[in-house]
Amino acid sequence: MRKSTTFLLLIAVLTIALLLSILDAGMRRTQTADRLVMEAQLVAGLELTDLVISTEARYTRHWSQADYHAAFQDYPSALEHFPAGSLLPPPARLY
Amino acid sequence: MVLLQRQRYLIDYTLSALYRHKGKNLGLLLVYTLIVFLLASVMLFTQSLRQEAARTLQNAPEIIVQRMVAGRHALIPADYLEKMGRLRGVSERHGRLWGYFYDPVVKANYTLMAADHKQLGERDIAIGAGVARARGLEIGDRLSLRSSRGEPTSFRIREILHPDTELLSADLILLPSATFRSFFGIANNLFTDLALTVRNPAETRKIAEKLTLRLPDTRPILREEILRTYDAIFNWRQGIVFVLLSSALMAFVIFAWDKASGLSAEEKREIGILKAIGWDSNDILAMKLWEGAVVSVTAFLLGYLLAYLHVFHASAELFSSVLKGWATLYPQFKPIPAIDGLQIATLFFFTVFPYTVATIIPVWRAAVSDPDTVMR
Amino acid sequence: MTIRLENVTKTFNQGLHNEFSAVKNVSLEIQPDRITCLTGPSGSGKTTLLSMTGCLARPTSGRIYLHDRLISNLPEHFLTEIRRRTFGFVFQRFNLIHDMTVLENVLLPAYPLGLPYRKLVDMGQHQLAALGLADKRHEKSQHLSGGEAQRVAICRALINDPEILIADEPTANLDSKLSLAFLEIIHTLNAAGKTILLTSHDPLIYQSPVIDTVIKLHDGEIDAA
Repeated sequence: MRKSTTFLLLIAVLTIALLLSILDAGMRRTQTADRLVMEAQLVAGLELTDLVISTEARYTRHWSQADYHAAFQDYPSALEHFPAGSLLPPPARLY
Repeated sequence: MVLLQRQRYLIDYTLSALYRHKGKNLGLLLVYTLIVFLLASVMLFTQSLRQEAARTLQNAPEIIVQRMVAGRHALIPADYLEKMGRLRGVSERHGRLWGYFYDPVVKANYTLMAADHKQLGERDIAIGAGVARARGLEIGDRLSLRSSRGEPTSFRIREILHPDTELLSADLILLPSATFRSFFGIANNLFTDLALTVRNPAETRKIAEKLTLRLPDTRPILREEILRTYDAIFNWRQGIVFVLLSSALMAFVIFAWDKASGLSAEEKREIGILKAIGWDSNDILAMKLWEGAVVSVTAFLLGYLLAYLHVFHASAELFSSVLKGWATLYPQFKPIPAIDGLQIATLFFFTVFPYTVATIIPVWRAAVSDPDTVMR
Repeated sequence: MTIRLENVTKTFNQGLHNEFSAVKNVSLEIQPDRITCLTGPSGSGKTTLLSMTGCLARPTSGRIYLHDRLISNLPEHFLTEIRRRTFGFVFQRFNLIHDMTVLENVLLPAYPLGLPYRKLVDMGQHQLAALGLADKRHEKSQHLSGGEAQRVAICRALINDPEILIADEPTANLDSKLSLAFLEIIHTLNAAGKTILLTSHDPLIYQSPVIDTVIKLHDGEIDAA
């Protein structure tokens, strides 16, 4: 087989896979519609304010409720202890 | 037709040329794909979490009033509900009771919440699926936790919250408010914070301003602030994500520099030969363009597809280990796809364009020179 | 297709301290359907003159005509067209691309023309068969012997069916047996109507009866002697 044929076939396959992934995304969104409803009801019922993304420390558990102290640890230039803390900054209003 | 055939011949030649140094070019493709994979994974995961947060936390309380003592979050007296006085627009106000508990048995942190509307018995609890998993619990089992007085307190599992809601409830333990108070030793006249329901969202700022004046040792947290917090998730300027992005940028710069910094003697000679046998400058440049495009487009497609599989079919395993850290309790959830076309297009542009252009730059001179000069 | 050179000069490193003229004020005419050989010692300007004749390089001054049409001042794109359709080149070191097969090497000059693939492959295989290389078409070019490489280079030069075949020291790296075989090949091509222009300092070549015209060069000029 010509080299260009092989390459173009590969690209065609990958592009089809890309299109399938878009379809898959749409399907998953439809399938998980109920989950979002359930979650919304839970939030309303329990008055929740945060996702359970990281349970390592109190200020990474309820990010939106973090206090001033949490933003700066023991002193303002202290390094972040927990990797999760480097993924989400403290709420903007704190600094 | 002729144009298309010509492009195919150029691709044939390009692939032969790339294959000649297959080790090096395969390595390049692999690294390139890895970079796209990491960047696309971050983009897809971020978008998914951000959207899920935005859609579910829409139902969070409009205003949370938190008391601060010496800069730290402290319990708030119940009479602050009266003290805040009449606030036009606030339709409902009450105290919330919630807190943290460290379980040394499994080294996990739980969030305990008073939930009277669940109508649980004095020693009954409802737990999140993550807690059930951490302690191997089922409905009807007992969970013993040490209270603030040092006494072990035995609770009975009445309900396990639906696993589909783990992203919000994995670490929750719900119990009656009276039990919560006696367990943590919190007096009846204190709450963790206060929740206010505001009918008209446009009034929340005004109400928050009044609150800061009337209750100066408190701070209000608005729902819009809660939502904005999650907007910043996986922010490119933060910690690990910044490191990832910088490394990716560095790698791109190195690739592009390597390409743009000049042709080897062998490459120059080859261009001279091609020109001598009848290829013109446009053919040479087109061929080089294909060389850049072949590598970068393949890397993009492979990287993106792997990222999609990683995030939505493997629950973003790589990131979960970062988010989890040392925590033993982590929600099991499959991110919901929320593809932002613009972000993908941007990723495509920055993956393909600079590298392809960098491939052509050093060729320009050789491509337009007389073949005789190039070959000597 | 007559090629006419009028007062052609080629100077390298113009304006620099090491400026030199490889070709000085040369005027000559290459007759069609003949085999012409440029000869002379090393550094006499043979290769430079050959390059300019074949539109691989431009003269510093002077004019080059192809069938009474001035070509030395044409823009690059037109020059490439002419080079592609009129000339076929065989280089001294053959300049085959390594790690490409014999057939791929032969087809290279035709790639920009965008001919249908099957047709192009047939043309290439036909050329290879004519020079006894049909069974070598999938061989990698670096695995060929000197004589085989030369013949592949000739096939490549002929793929677009050019009027004129140009060869620069084609037998420099070959033994006398292969040199004679080369003379056979160009004699056959000439009989089929091709104009041949080559350079050689090998007496076996330039003294051969196959060569119609011999032009002697010395120090960038035509040797009147």
